[in-house]
Amino acid sequence: MIRISRRASIPRWRSWLIRLLAIILALMVNAVVIYALTKMNPLKVYEAMFDGAFGTNRRLWNTIQEVMMLLCISVALAPSFKMRFWNIGAEGQVLIGGVVAAACMIYLKSIPSALLLMIMFILSAMAGGIWSFIPAISKAKLNTNETLFTLMMNYIAIQLTAYFVALWENPKGSNCVNIINQQNGEGWLPAIFGKPYAINVIIVMTLTVLMYLYLRRTKHGYEIAVVGASKNTARYAAIDVGKVTVRTVSISGAICGIAGFIAVAGQSHTISVNTAGGRGFVAIIVAWLSKFNTLVMVLISLLLVFMEKGATEIASSFNINDNISKMIMGIILFFILGSEFFINYKLEIAKAEHISKEA
Amino acid sequence: MTDITKRFGDVYANRNVCLNIYKGEILSLLGENGSGKTTLMNMLSGIYFPDSGSIEVNGVPVVIKSPKDAFALHIGMIHQHFKLIDVFTAAENVLLGINGKLKDAKDGIKQICDKYGFAVESDKKVYEMSVSEKQTLEIVKVLYRGADILILDEPTAVLTPQETEKLFSVMRAMKADGKSVVIITHKLHEVLDISDRVAVLRKGEYIGDVNTGDTDAQSLSNMMVGRSVSLNIERPIVEKTTTRLKVEHLSVRDNLGVLRLDDVSFDAFGGEILGIAGITGSGQKELLEAIAGLQAAEKRSSIIYMDPKTGMEEQLCGKNPQQIYSMGVGFAFVPEDRLGMGLVGSMDIPDNMLLRSYLDGKSGFVNMKKPKELASQVVDELGVVTPNLKTQVSKLSGGNVQKVLVGREIAGDPALLMTAYAVRGLDINTSMAIYQLLNEQKKKGTAVIYVGEDLDVLLELCDRIMVLCSGRVSGIVDGRAATKEQIGLMMTSIGGTDKND
Amino acid sequence: MDQLISLVQAAIAFGTVIMFGATGEILTEKSGSLNLGVPGIMYLGGIASLASSFAYEQACKSAGTAPSGFLLVVIPMICAFLAAAMGGLLFSFLTVTLRANQNVTGLTLTIFAAGLANLFGGSLNKFAGGVGQIRVAATSTLYRDKFLDFIPLPEVVNKFLFNYGFMVYLAVLIAIAVHLYLNKTTSGMNLRAIGESPATADAAGINVIGHKYLAACMGAGISGLGGLYYVMDYTKGTWANDGTIESLGWLAVALVIFSTWKPVRSIWGSYLFGLVYWIFLYIGLSRRAQEIFRMLPYVVTILVLIFVSMRKRKEDQPPESLGQAYFREDR
Repeated sequence: MIRISRRASIPRWRSWLIRLLAIILALMVNAVVIYALTKMNPLKVYEAMFDGAFGTNRRLWNTIQEVMMLLCISVALAPSFKMRFWNIGAEGQVLIGGVVAAACMIYLKSIPSALLLMIMFILSAMAGGIWSFIPAISKAKLNTNETLFTLMMNYIAIQLTAYFVALWENPKGSNCVNIINQQNGEGWLPAIFGKPYAINVIIVMTLTVLMYLYLRRTKHGYEIAVVGASKNTARYAAIDVGKVTVRTVSISGAICGIAGFIAVAGQSHTISVNTAGGRGFVAIIVAWLSKFNTLVMVLISLLLVFMEKGATEIASSFNINDNISKMIMGIILFFILGSEFFINYKLEIAKAEHISKEA
Repeated sequence: MTDITKRFGDVYANRNVCLNIYKGEILSLLGENGSGKTTLMNMLSGIYFPDSGSIEVNGVPVVIKSPKDAFALHIGMIHQHFKLIDVFTAAENVLLGINGKLKDAKDGIKQICDKYGFAVESDKKVYEMSVSEKQTLEIVKVLYRGADILILDEPTAVLTPQETEKLFSVMRAMKADGKSVVIITHKLHEVLDISDRVAVLRKGEYIGDVNTGDTDAQSLSNMMVGRSVSLNIERPIVEKTTTRLKVEHLSVRDNLGVLRLDDVSFDAFGGEILGIAGITGSGQKELLEAIAGLQAAEKRSSIIYMDPKTGMEEQLCGKNPQQIYSMGVGFAFVPEDRLGMGLVGSMDIPDNMLLRSYLDGKSGFVNMKKPKELASQVVDELGVVTPNLKTQVSKLSGGNVQKVLVGREIAGDPALLMTAYAVRGLDINTSMAIYQLLNEQKKKGTAVIYVGEDLDVLLELCDRIMVLCSGRVSGIVDGRAATKEQIGLMMTSIGGTDKND
Repeated sequence: MDQLISLVQAAIAFGTVIMFGATGEILTEKSGSLNLGVPGIMYLGGIASLASSFAYEQACKSAGTAPSGFLLVVIPMICAFLAAAMGGLLFSFLTVTLRANQNVTGLTLTIFAAGLANLFGGSLNKFAGGVGQIRVAATSTLYRDKFLDFIPLPEVVNKFLFNYGFMVYLAVLIAIAVHLYLNKTTSGMNLRAIGESPATADAAGINVIGHKYLAACMGAGISGLGGLYYVMDYTKGTWANDGTIESLGWLAVALVIFSTWKPVRSIWGSYLFGLVYWIFLYIGLSRRAQEIFRMLPYVVTILVLIFVSMRKRKEDQPPESLGQAYFREDR
């Protein structure tokens, strides 16, 4: 008989060893899956994936860009999740931020670019913030289920985006928005150091570090930790749980809005219902797995994007469909999720002398 | 039950316990909080599985892996926290986990009710029931399953005296019916009143059993606490006392609208310890939480706090904890639920020190220097046993958790210190250390409110004792003059007379 | 009148997809598990039905035999149910046995299964000769056969009520069956007890783990039939990697809330969602306005969520332990 009991403590190195083992196991399973589909030598698979993700300068930058997007949304979710507020609405919050950024690019293009970018940044953050404020205030006042509420808000955001795509449709009948301001690049994030996407990296890494400090070192961060651990204790310590909930979740939404801004102004220069591209959901998993530590999020985002890009590359060279990348990502996540069990619990083969005699 | 051992982590909840339960008897399982009574019975009812040891029922060795196994052996337990589904009806709850038709269940309920004199409405939903109704339903549920061994875990904690009396008569009826009844309790008078035999547990170990007829409260309590401890708690006299808190007409309703505190009025003075006695659930929790701003009070209620520094009078009623904090009211509160309210179990000691002072300073960042100093100070001065400061508080033992909590609360030099069951579950040395700390606060001129359950302690420690009974003030007595009998009576009836309820 | 008939027909067809999804999810959620993998599970059901019927039709073709009508119907159904139930099994294994977080596991399941289904859907398409080429015509025809058409009622009534393949009626039957199971059987009552308070159910001797597994697997299986219906009937036996199933899956989750966890309410709720979804075609809205219109099911769901919280009626609340893990030794 196997006995499961909660571990009193586990050394940090062992918990990371368990996670590492899980990832290695997942990579092996993935290699088998890819082998089954392509008959490619499993050892070569990862060489090819590495090449796909980092092989050329263009691929490298592409990968970095994707990591930054995923990281930015994960960082945005960190405070909500640390407070145990299940903000499943990142997808929608990102989209709304993106829509507002695109709107600014379209309607305010006469404003000087630097100023325009500032306005876009602020308005996108506000839009994302408002989008998450609605479920947050409802949670604080009425204790509605935030998981379901934020989930629904995603689809309202998607439909709203679809409306604006239809409104801004260009060329007519294409059902999509062409690159906005292609001639002059108004409202585009500028290239620095000769790299068009370097500024995205700077913004996101800054946010990552700031969020780390915010959660670890500030009074707000402390309040978030206490509310997340026990609402009762928070009330006891004269923390206004409702206020902290609304504030924190609004900050989450605002940063998601900024992610939307980066996606539109710094990356695609257009808007579609796929601007968030499901990253809002993947980021939830990243935020959860990294235990709300934004620095760990960098690693996990990198791992996931590497797998995604690598798998896409293999898919294209073997002429199979790139949905394989999602499947492979899912497998890795399943393994990491499962591994947490072995970190928190230990399995013992029960010494069953007495018991087995009776049984 | 033979040689039963159960560990939780590194802590032994039960160690080599042997216990016999006979047919047609009422057995009291006596022990202090945390002595392992409930854990032991949970192993009989299949909630926990023993690490080692064996169980025999009617002379046959059995393995009880789940509550289902327990039912099959005709063992049923009524837990302290009712195991009922709120949105189900009484009959549906009775049927829970067993196969059967609703109609049969209703008939069965009626039969059982007739036999033992209960009243249960089969179609009433549990969330519409009173506490006593729920408990009755629990007993009916267990009987419906044909239990021959009934275990009741502190059943009287939530009952009024009349309800308790009713419960006891039901227990006697069940005994007459040939059933074995085990009552888990730490109330001596109940033990003597109801049971045929008493088994005593202390710190997870089995101390022994006696026939109720052959014993008295004194020897039982000796068995319970070990050696007969003369408490010898110091009670310094403070000459100059000043009014610190004036509570008038305080009434509080819980979220179900039940009146938990009914027109409570009293004063608390700086330089004294005011004890609060009463059966668990008589309104103690609500009283302290109302003062701390955690419970809304009814109209007409008034809690006036007199600031010793400014001499200002502040009304605390109608204010939330944030407002009370910003008014600079110097109160400290050691709540009953230490890890669920007073501390954050998943945080280390310095982070927990921060809980009361994190807002200090103007910057948006927290200052970690002071809490770290305070943490090491508390650990040194109160002798907290911990591997290091970085240890999560939930990993400390109960006594050390309480020291961390009390240490933090008195660190702010409070003008008013409220404690709820400050020594519950603590060993005698730690308890004495806590009394010492309270006395020091008293000498400093702090008004101390001490909610306790051990009358001996209340009588030795407190200057005055207010007795609560069903949310009302039964009386306030002088701690030096009052007797245990007097207070015991006041706890069960207003003013200690039988006239009122 | 014709317009009304075609609107109702569109609404019922649309509603049927999400009714399967929602009925299955209600069963799962009643046991306290919030499985956000519904879209993925519907994908699994869809692709399994398509792949299995494709294989069977191809096998018959190459053997030169006529496919059996019975097998044409039964094979994809069993495969869809099993594949989806496997999704439920994976979810249960991770959340119940390995105690992983439900939300995160569900979302991962959606990502994984959407990838898997579209990978194979795309491959099948290519195998059949290019994008959008796969067509399991024989199977789809049987699924779309109006099998109640013979009932002699006025034509108008017939068009409203009997103009559908058998899956439309099966969806209603399953919803009623789940309702009866939850409310009239001991096992169903035990399941609801677990969803309300697993500790209580455990103490009453109910097999919590077993019921949770059962609810998640059966629930997933039922949800998976929604994917089958979508593929075989709604899109006439084809596959498109356009993410529609995913958005229908989330709509099914919305419908669970809308029907306040009651399967019978999900029957008319699903048709109502269908009406709202298609009505724009008949009231002459511009495409822009259509997009706004399609928000309605989600907006209404949020309003229901708020209304239910405000009214605090016990019977309308989500299962008390929804989304929370239960482990006996943790107490």
